[in-house]
Amino acid sequence: MHKNASMYEKLYTIRQFEILLIEKFPTGIFPGTTHTSLGQEANAVGVLSHLDAGDIVVSNHRGHGHFLAYGGDPRALFAELMGKPSGVCGGIGGSQHLHWRNFYSSGIQGGTLAMASGMALAEKEAGSQNIVVDFMGDGTLGEGIVYECLNIISLWGLPILIVLENNHIAQTTQVEKAVAGSIPERFEAFGLPVEHIDSSDILEISPRAGRLMGEVRAQKEPRVLIIETARLGTHSKGDDTRTPQEIELLWQARDPVAIQGARLLKEERDRINLQVEEKLQSALKYAMENEEAA
Amino acid sequence: MKSEKSLTVLDSLNLGLQRAFQDDMRAILLGEDILDPYGGAFKVTKGLSTQFPDRVLTTPISEAAIAGIAGGLALRGMHPVAEIMFGDFSTLIADQVINHIAKFSEVYQTDTPVVIRTPMGGRRGYGPTHSQTLEKLFLGIPGLTVLAPSHILGENELGGPGKLLYDAITDFSTPVFFVENKLQYLLKLLTLADLEEFDVRTYDIPGNLRSPITHFAIQSAPKASLTVTAYGYMAHLALEAMHQLAYEHEIFCELLVPTRLAPFELEPLFDSVSRTSKLLAVEEGTLSMGWGAEVLARTSEALGAGLKMTSRLGARESVIPAAPDLESGCLPGVKDIITRVKEMVGK
Repeated sequence: MHKNASMYEKLYTIRQFEILLIEKFPTGIFPGTTHTSLGQEANAVGVLSHLDAGDIVVSNHRGHGHFLAYGGDPRALFAELMGKPSGVCGGIGGSQHLHWRNFYSSGIQGGTLAMASGMALAEKEAGSQNIVVDFMGDGTLGEGIVYECLNIISLWGLPILIVLENNHIAQTTQVEKAVAGSIPERFEAFGLPVEHIDSSDILEISPRAGRLMGEVRAQKEPRVLIIETARLGTHSKGDDTRTPQEIELLWQARDPVAIQGARLLKEERDRINLQVEEKLQSALKYAMENEEAA
Repeated sequence: MKSEKSLTVLDSLNLGLQRAFQDDMRAILLGEDILDPYGGAFKVTKGLSTQFPDRVLTTPISEAAIAGIAGGLALRGMHPVAEIMFGDFSTLIADQVINHIAKFSEVYQTDTPVVIRTPMGGRRGYGPTHSQTLEKLFLGIPGLTVLAPSHILGENELGGPGKLLYDAITDFSTPVFFVENKLQYLLKLLTLADLEEFDVRTYDIPGNLRSPITHFAIQSAPKASLTVTAYGYMAHLALEAMHQLAYEHEIFCELLVPTRLAPFELEPLFDSVSRTSKLLAVEEGTLSMGWGAEVLARTSEALGAGLKMTSRLGARESVIPAAPDLESGCLPGVKDIITRVKEMVGK
């Protein structure tokens, strides 16, 4: 598969996973709640396609896409969301608390940046080539611990790439009502170099993320990647106060799956779609038919 | 038996840290103002940065980040020790401890060997925000072990406090909140020679970490009429009260001193109370929802009608004033313990 098609397949896998999740939620097979990353798939794939084997990923409450882009098994993620022992964390973690290999997520805003900083410090102390990639959102910028960590990350030169996915909305609160001043300058004030992308196109995100990760690895220094992006879905299952028109405009302008899909011939796109849909249907079935919840 | 050198709790903790850093290359220290020549606000970390400069990191005033970074280090195989300069500042690490570090082992199915050390306690005139005893806020957090050293020499050359800290750093896979006490730092470790008027027995409570509970009784005394329990610096005051009660008032008590506050494991205490049927729990923190409340509840559940009378002593439910006379009126002392015991035994 050529590179454009392979990137599309990864984007569509995340999209289709979460579409299935949303579709099946009302049937009651997934307890609790979930946050989807519709519209932000290109951030996950664009950044995480540059990982080396020993690299560490720290994700957040909106982390399914990160997990799948990291290489996580959709069957184990479906099972986790169903609360089953065969899930990523045996059903204990649910949607927001995942750990597999070097992937970690948690549901508390900002606190995970401290965990990520500690992990980066451990790699630095060990003299390894591994780096840490930490995802946060614009809403996370309200948490005080973020600034404690930015200060220390810069002071100690920790090998970490912070990826700020600015989807311009924190649950229902627009970024304009929550973040004063300039977001890049918040990082720059700590002496952290910032790369700023306003795009949902994986071909714009991926090369720049790759270059930054190379710099973190080679120079053992932190970098920040701010991606202006769009949340095309609700915060969790059904809470969105934006107007349908506003959301429709975002779908038209900022859908990373459509943007990348347009680069493929229809026939190829349809073939990939079908393969991905079959694979995820089978993953869902596998998770459902596997043992019952503990 | 007289020990060669007379170690204080502070010496012992410092030795325990030094030995841990010698023996365990994964040990790493984080905290505010811990570098030599200052060596930390209470000097527990003195000398460490000189001996192990690559593994002792001084931090900005960022307690939450200190704790969280320790958590991340632990997840990646290090054995971090975080110093929180005053126990009062532990409120600033609550999210990192409760929502992150204490959950990692179970949610991520991985080791989280974090040790967070902090001095609690008053009687130094430091006022409302540098004198509190707040460990009750961290008791009953699933996944978190809370330890408090006692000022007893122990069998190891590090002394009891140092050995407890050494083991927590080098040989324990889940997080520990290690509660020190500012006045306890100055206490000389008690040797068996110091304790010749007491019958001293030490019990190991179940668990992977050796955290003894020590039972004191007056040598060759009549049957004890009451059991007292206390930890940390209050154990020192309770031991003094117990001695005076025996020799000046002919009231005989047994004293139980745990070094693991949570998870609660109190079998030796239940044994003592099953003989005395009366229990007094003494703590330096405020009583409401405190350590003593839980100890009494558990003893009552264990002994039922065998427990006939209970009482608690703790700090007055107010801020801790800075003025020394106001402060001492606020915190439980030897006299308070004696008075309460006399009330409880009807003398």
